[in-house]
Amino acid sequence: MSLQVKDLTVYYQTLRGEVHALESTTFGIADGEIMGLAGESGCGKTTLGQSLIFLNSPMKLIKGRVTLDNKELPIGDMERMNNFRFKKVSIIPQYAMNAMNPTRKIGKMVADLLKSRNVDFKSLLPELKRRLDLVKLSYDVLNMYPIELSGGMKQRMVMVLSTMLNPSLLIADEITSALDVSSQKAVSEMLVQFRDRGYCKSVIVITHDISVLYQIADTILIMYAGQLAEKAPTDVIVHSSQHPYTKMLISTLPEVGVRYVEKQLAGIPGGPPLLLKPPVGCRFRERCPLAFEKCLEKPPFVETEKDHFVACWKAGA
Amino acid sequence: MSRAGRQVPEEMLTLDGVSKVYRVGTFGGKSLVAVNDVSFDVGDSEVVSLIGESGSGKTTIGKMILHLTSISSGAIRFNGVDVSRLNGRARKEYYRHVQGVFQDPFSSYNPIFKADRIFRTIREEFFPKTDSHEWNEKIDSSMRAVGLNPDEVLNKFPHQLSGGQLQRFLIARALLLDVQFLVADEIISMLDASTRVGVLNLLAELKSRGLSILFITHDLSLGYYISQKSVILYRGCVVEMGPTEQVYHHPLHPYTKMLMACVPRLGMKWECGEIEVTNPKVKQPDLPSGCAYYDRCPVAGNKRDCSTSPSLVEVELGHFVACWRQTKQES
Repeated sequence: MSLQVKDLTVYYQTLRGEVHALESTTFGIADGEIMGLAGESGCGKTTLGQSLIFLNSPMKLIKGRVTLDNKELPIGDMERMNNFRFKKVSIIPQYAMNAMNPTRKIGKMVADLLKSRNVDFKSLLPELKRRLDLVKLSYDVLNMYPIELSGGMKQRMVMVLSTMLNPSLLIADEITSALDVSSQKAVSEMLVQFRDRGYCKSVIVITHDISVLYQIADTILIMYAGQLAEKAPTDVIVHSSQHPYTKMLISTLPEVGVRYVEKQLAGIPGGPPLLLKPPVGCRFRERCPLAFEKCLEKPPFVETEKDHFVACWKAGA
Repeated sequence: MSRAGRQVPEEMLTLDGVSKVYRVGTFGGKSLVAVNDVSFDVGDSEVVSLIGESGSGKTTIGKMILHLTSISSGAIRFNGVDVSRLNGRARKEYYRHVQGVFQDPFSSYNPIFKADRIFRTIREEFFPKTDSHEWNEKIDSSMRAVGLNPDEVLNKFPHQLSGGQLQRFLIARALLLDVQFLVADEIISMLDASTRVGVLNLLAELKSRGLSILFITHDLSLGYYISQKSVILYRGCVVEMGPTEQVYHHPLHPYTKMLMACVPRLGMKWECGEIEVTNPKVKQPDLPSGCAYYDRCPVAGNKRDCSTSPSLVEVELGHFVACWRQTKQES
């Protein structure tokens, strides 16, 4: 296992109390695995990604351990994490389009960044050019300012930048959401290629778009209101999921081939609970058609089949 | 355009050769054609989806219909009346029938006022004579029409409501007027999967009650789900339009074909192949000459054909495509 997360709990400190954004999450990612992380907005998927690399205030680590390549990741310690950031754990942030310094040429910025990690830019230049080739960018971009690039090009540039030092874990946060379908496909496929070539060992792809995950992810982890709902290989999640939330989420997706006049899709009634004072037990209880008395108790995240983890009392029964 | 000579019954909304040219550059010395000679129409109780990537001009078209930007050339006709240069009172009357809802529900509201303030402004502007009892009933019925429970959502601030609720609020606001045409500009792109279907179904329901909708989106699956007619835009030009089923299942323009192949679908993996990326090397020319898709087109020939812009040609009933290749094959 490349990444092991055990009982990770992260709260947001606010004036009105603690927001329980991430509640005892336990999961693992194998070497070379691309794990998709999906859920509604506010379900804690970005919090999970962020807490693995940059756990700053108002985020607060309550408990939990994270190990990467059998070494403990000191996620609660901003200073010590610095030795791991960019080298071992790297992120393509949600705002990748605006992630680059607008006043600096891209090449110069890459050099600065590498210098801050005591890596020689000159010696990495051939490798950088090889990777630019892979993402179909010309070397000229190094002499350009970010404003001269289109959104998709910037996204690809940041992708190369984030993986420059071959991290063990790459967190890709909503990297395709702001792109057009054609660049969306290209960027997703490049991510897979990066993994295949060993530029990054394991990848967490955070997105709300399950149909993109179906194309590229090996496994999918579904979150709901700060808790893990289900994790399984992609095909299992899409075709034979066990958690009622996953089932409903998949059935609400409109896709080409489904028309209103022929088949009317149903949404999930209600909304997710407020996490300031989250309800006890299963947090999906309020919206769940299968809920019964036992759901007042929090269901454990257990393996019902091989590699298939579900947090639901009704699952597997 | 080519259909000008044909006798067609007057549709609810007709765009006739509409263009929008922006002045860009230091002293406005250059021009940028955002929308180039676009013609299509929307019939009674019809949902037309306008699909294109970012920068293709789809929002500009919506804004021109709503009079938020001026039109450089061409005409927009609403129920047979040219509305492209309305002013003053006539324009306000126009807004009684044509309304828009936009992408970001949170920035559509003023955060320091309660969300239902949008109803009050409508009343002050359009219904000053209605007494408050009647007005409250009107609000009540239009809230219920969009699937909101008035007791739950009235008297709240925007941050206390969810994105889906705020979007429904805006639709309810449009329904207060005698609205016949709704411009829905990416209204569900910012909503979650679980709530977006609800708003989508609401649009379909309103359509069955006689409302016409221009559904602007970049998400092809949403367009397929709801619309009868699809218009595909590329760099301000209509490259293909027709009944949704035909456009999606038998795309004729190479751009449409490429789009359809890129849509991520559940249960169907992308065909593996060479990753195609096109960096926009050729900047948009000042004056449109040649096919807009020329520099990305896989089937473009070096023949002089592709260097003049193709016009829309009807290849099947109601299915138009603007591609020289296509017209060649058909002839």
